[in-house]
Amino acid sequence: MTQAAWIIPLLPLAAFALITAAGPRLPGRGAYVSIAGIVLAGIGGLVVLGEVIGGAHADVTYTWAVLGAKPITVGFVVDPLSAIMLAMVGVVASLITIYSVGYMAGDPHYPRFFAYLSLFQFSMLFLVLADNFLFIYAGWELVGLCSYLLIGFWFERPAAARAALKAFITTRVGDFSMMIGILIIFLYTGSLRFDEAFRSIQGGALAGPLLTAAAVLVFGGAIGKSAQVPLHVWLPDAMEGPTPVSALIHAATMVAAGVYLVARTYPLFLLSPNHAALTIVAYIGGITALVAATMGVVEDDIKRVLAYSTISQLGYMMLGLGVLGYTAGMFHLITHAFFKALLFLGAGSVIHGVATNNIKQMGGLAQVMPWTAWTFIAATLALTGIPPFAGFFSKDQVLAAAFAHDRVLWALGAAGAFLTSLYMGRLIWYTFAGTYRGGDPGAARAHGAGHAPGPHESPAVMVVPLAILAVFAVFLGWAGAESLGNPFGRFIHFAGVEPVPPNFGLLVVSIAIAVAGWAAAAAIYVWRIVPSESLRRAMPWAYTLLVRRYFVDDLYAWVFIGLGGLVVRLAGLFDRYVVDGLVNLVGWLARQVGLGLRYIQTGREETYLLLVFLGVVVIVVARLVW
Amino acid sequence: MPGLTHYLVVSALLFALGLFAVVTRRNTVAILMGVELMLNAANINLVAFNKYVAPGAMQGQIFALIVITLAACEAAVGLALVLAAYRTLETVYVDEINVMKW
Repeated sequence: MTQAAWIIPLLPLAAFALITAAGPRLPGRGAYVSIAGIVLAGIGGLVVLGEVIGGAHADVTYTWAVLGAKPITVGFVVDPLSAIMLAMVGVVASLITIYSVGYMAGDPHYPRFFAYLSLFQFSMLFLVLADNFLFIYAGWELVGLCSYLLIGFWFERPAAARAALKAFITTRVGDFSMMIGILIIFLYTGSLRFDEAFRSIQGGALAGPLLTAAAVLVFGGAIGKSAQVPLHVWLPDAMEGPTPVSALIHAATMVAAGVYLVARTYPLFLLSPNHAALTIVAYIGGITALVAATMGVVEDDIKRVLAYSTISQLGYMMLGLGVLGYTAGMFHLITHAFFKALLFLGAGSVIHGVATNNIKQMGGLAQVMPWTAWTFIAATLALTGIPPFAGFFSKDQVLAAAFAHDRVLWALGAAGAFLTSLYMGRLIWYTFAGTYRGGDPGAARAHGAGHAPGPHESPAVMVVPLAILAVFAVFLGWAGAESLGNPFGRFIHFAGVEPVPPNFGLLVVSIAIAVAGWAAAAAIYVWRIVPSESLRRAMPWAYTLLVRRYFVDDLYAWVFIGLGGLVVRLAGLFDRYVVDGLVNLVGWLARQVGLGLRYIQTGREETYLLLVFLGVVVIVVARLVW
Repeated sequence: MPGLTHYLVVSALLFALGLFAVVTRRNTVAILMGVELMLNAANINLVAFNKYVAPGAMQGQIFALIVITLAACEAAVGLALVLAAYRTLETVYVDEINVMKW
């Protein structure tokens, strides 16, 4: 199976082709085909993971084209890193696809949704298996395209169409940087294969500041795709897409591709002089982890809170990789994929039940939708790092690595962890505690039609995936537990970068910070010692700053739409009046000359004859004179 | 005793008359007659030069005969065209025969 791992991405691709061709005529209007494709791929991924744990390894390569003397090889690699990603993507995507059957029921474009979902699954699995920059870039663009298509799935809503465009264009900025980085590497090493390029760099083909620049440019792609500061603005808006999409693409898999890219090209960062590139990765990650968490505290849209949380957690993964915590970063990626997918699916279940996104219109949902509530709470505990849930182990490893490397980065991460507990506590209490505040009376969503009025538990097809994911969210962390010998760390590690020894003092501090965040949330939203209204009155400037998202969106609007628009308008005027003017002038001149000359063409042969005669006279006279 | 100059003057006058007819007349038949005059002016020139410049040669006279033949052909084709034009357009005035003018 390991040698034939390239078949795995083709299964969802086949499903995509089938749904596109046959669509509504298929069983389950395409949904069953899509599920079959991804479940088979997921089983394949698990088999490959098992074989790789047993020591299997594969690298299938063939030469695609020769540029000058530089062969461009393409192929697939199956090693622990890609095997764990294959298994994770396969399992999470399978559960989300099954969940979508319930969530998307009744949507008029139901087959199209599953077609896109399958296309995305193919793209993601393809990206994960790539053993060269060319394939990873192709997969990178494919997942970006699918993200665009799925964010804009309800394109008839202007907000969704705008969000899709924003996501696509913002990530393109990063993709362009990544392309330049890849081209630099190709130019100096003459190979696009990861192992050959890195061996060549180790041999000194590319060194010094240029290597750092190449690494940072490649990281630029990860900044865009993983929504790191300063390209984080697209992810909250991407929540306009259907919730399963948010869970699959914008929480578990595609946004984690940025982290995977850094892990995959880790030698590039490691070889950069003085770890300069890694330091940039770490600081971008640390700043993102904190900044995104602060914005999550004031957000009222349940999905947007989770989006900020995702940005923040991706920041932790980057931080982990940046502080030489290779295993920690990847472990957080895997655990986060499960519990964040669960959180999004839970949020989708809530939205399905109450037909609103605004947490202030919810409340008391724990009684009416217990399955959703309890799985959501389990995922929340995992996210906030409460032992023994999954996130505790992975986040603690990241923070321990950061503490051993740079105290400033640890402080950023720790502050982010406190805020994570705060905003998730706020979310839980607004959504599930207290009494129901009536939902949105004006809300009429496509999938809400035909249901009984009032909040209700979602159907089994949605709840069962929640429960399965909850099992992972609760127990997956043990895979990285030191007390069990850290099997994950033995499986995924980078030679030469050893994980830091466990620090029990730090462990206690981490737990204390997480609990303090919960306590702060309880103090504000449950016991109302310091109600949120008074906090808002006490710090209006801080509230405005956070609600306006640090004015980054406004800044981009001003710079790129305002200032850039001015340049575009000027260029447009130049084109219209100078370039077009010249072209029109040529045409106008020809027309005027023709209009003048047409008076000679009388159409009367007498005139022509007379002119011929006069011409002869002129010639004869001229001959006689000279 | 008329010399070469006399013939040439007559020829030039005849040619000018022919050209005048071709340029000014509206009637197609009159234009054809003008053309005949111009051709015959050329013929006078040819035979006059033959007689006074190269008396032993025959080229000028032969060329004049060829031109007369050509003139006969031209008259036949031209008059046929005039008849055809008259049948379809019911006019022989060239300024009214303008269906191909833009």
